[in-house]
Amino acid sequence: MPRSAAWTRRLRRIGAPAAGALLALSACSAPGSEAGPGAGADGAGPAGTVTVFAAASLKESFTELGERFEKAHPGARVAFNFGGSDTLAAGIANGAPADVFAAAGPTPMKLVTDQGLTDGAPSTFARNRLEIATAPGNPHRIDSLQDLADPGLKVVLCDTTVPCGAAARTALTAGGVDVSPASYERDVKSALTKVRLKEADAAVVYRTDVRAAGDTVEGVEFPEAGRAVNDYPLAVLDNAPNPGAAEAFVRLVTSAEGRKVLGEAGFLAP
Amino acid sequence: MSIRRATPRKTRPRAPGRGVPPALLLPALLGLAFLLVPLLALLLRAPWRSLPEQLTSPQVWEALRLSLVCATTATALSLVVGVPLAWLLARTDFPGRGLVRALVTLPLVLPPVVGGVALLLALGRNGVVGQWLDAWFGITLPFTTTGVVLAETFVAMPFLVISVEGTLRAADPRYEEAATTLGASRFTAFRRVTLPLIAPGVAAGAVLAWARALGEFGATITFAGNFPGRTQTMPLAVYLALQSDPAAAIALSLVLLAVSIAVLAGLRDRWMRAV
Repeated sequence: MPRSAAWTRRLRRIGAPAAGALLALSACSAPGSEAGPGAGADGAGPAGTVTVFAAASLKESFTELGERFEKAHPGARVAFNFGGSDTLAAGIANGAPADVFAAAGPTPMKLVTDQGLTDGAPSTFARNRLEIATAPGNPHRIDSLQDLADPGLKVVLCDTTVPCGAAARTALTAGGVDVSPASYERDVKSALTKVRLKEADAAVVYRTDVRAAGDTVEGVEFPEAGRAVNDYPLAVLDNAPNPGAAEAFVRLVTSAEGRKVLGEAGFLAP
Repeated sequence: MSIRRATPRKTRPRAPGRGVPPALLLPALLGLAFLLVPLLALLLRAPWRSLPEQLTSPQVWEALRLSLVCATTATALSLVVGVPLAWLLARTDFPGRGLVRALVTLPLVLPPVVGGVALLLALGRNGVVGQWLDAWFGITLPFTTTGVVLAETFVAMPFLVISVEGTLRAADPRYEEAATTLGASRFTAFRRVTLPLIAPGVAAGAVLAWARALGEFGATITFAGNFPGRTQTMPLAVYLALQSDPAAAIALSLVLLAVSIAVLAGLRDRWMRAV
């Protein structure tokens, strides 16, 4: 998706009509989406492709919001690039053409704002809380964070370089719990997968991931999670190829409708 | 896959000169630049000033030690089972041999992450074979150093098998036949005649397998996870450092680059020339 977005920008600069036709194909966008970036300014509503870089944990809720956005604005398309927040931030810092960045924590967003790459200050649009994911039925009877210290349990955590790992570390420190994990996974979905495959007995993940996993895992809440709630910041990027549509998308995410979709996915209101 | 030269070095055609058509020279130079510029960039952007500090941290040495130990063990494991497998493919005839050969080479083209998932489903605690290992012997492989070795062997062994098989096919089977006519058993003939004959090919295959194992990332992180000192090999350390500390990632990459060059250069003189 980022590549088609890169083409988008380059081809727009060239402005070749033939390239526009190719672009319509490559960006999977409907004919007519070349009405010009962010036509919202002249009252015609957002159009064109808006490229959103979003944290992996936002996958379900943002996909839903993207569909609603496209339904509300025919002629507008949302292209998502979901991944680890740090990887996305590094991509933006290295010139990846994105319109909107939604991170799973303030640290990756800071990487982008420090370089002056956002259009205005980022705003917090959601918060996420940690939960312990276990196999369905919780066979090891894990009721608290303290239970994870049992050396007989295989526990996986996110690596501390990614937000879910940093949050887990904060919660464990707050609870005074000493866990020796089997693995530090590279992102929250990998950690969850280890539990779904029953290779690990427990993982500390977000409650939104537990909810998205449906019946395949069971979530256990723990009070220390309240000490490590993650703020999710959102910003339109300074060199956004399609700023008009980008702002319209941000408005949808922060609207009552957006809150509802995010709330259903398990996010907390900011 | 084996590194063989059709002609001895002395009689090779002359190095590119005026006779080279531009239509070949230009893409060739482009290809060369494409391969070399990223490595050059690594050197140019390396944090030389903080490098000594970066490289003396215990984490780096732990990851490097683990990488070398695991890649070497995986190569040894590949030799023990891979050479006989190559012999079976090259010297015997059985129904479905072509299919077996294709399946052996599958991990060459399979994305390593898929290999890791497959290993989890086979040898994981809940896997097809793994659940019995766990129930009968109490052995669980994911998240262990053994798991790293297995993941690397899975990805690297096909390189060795293909290389050795190619050498075996090129070697004249009449030497072995002569040995067996003189009373040697087939195994003795393999051990005393075939093996010395194909030693250079085995060595080349082992180098390829070792290099592949050293750089293994996808299958390792999927099957064995990531824990410093236990399963965090150099490529994993590089990947995770890149998320938070790019300078450290570059420093780690330089170490891997240096190790790879040193090994290839060292072995080239000793083995590859003869191949």
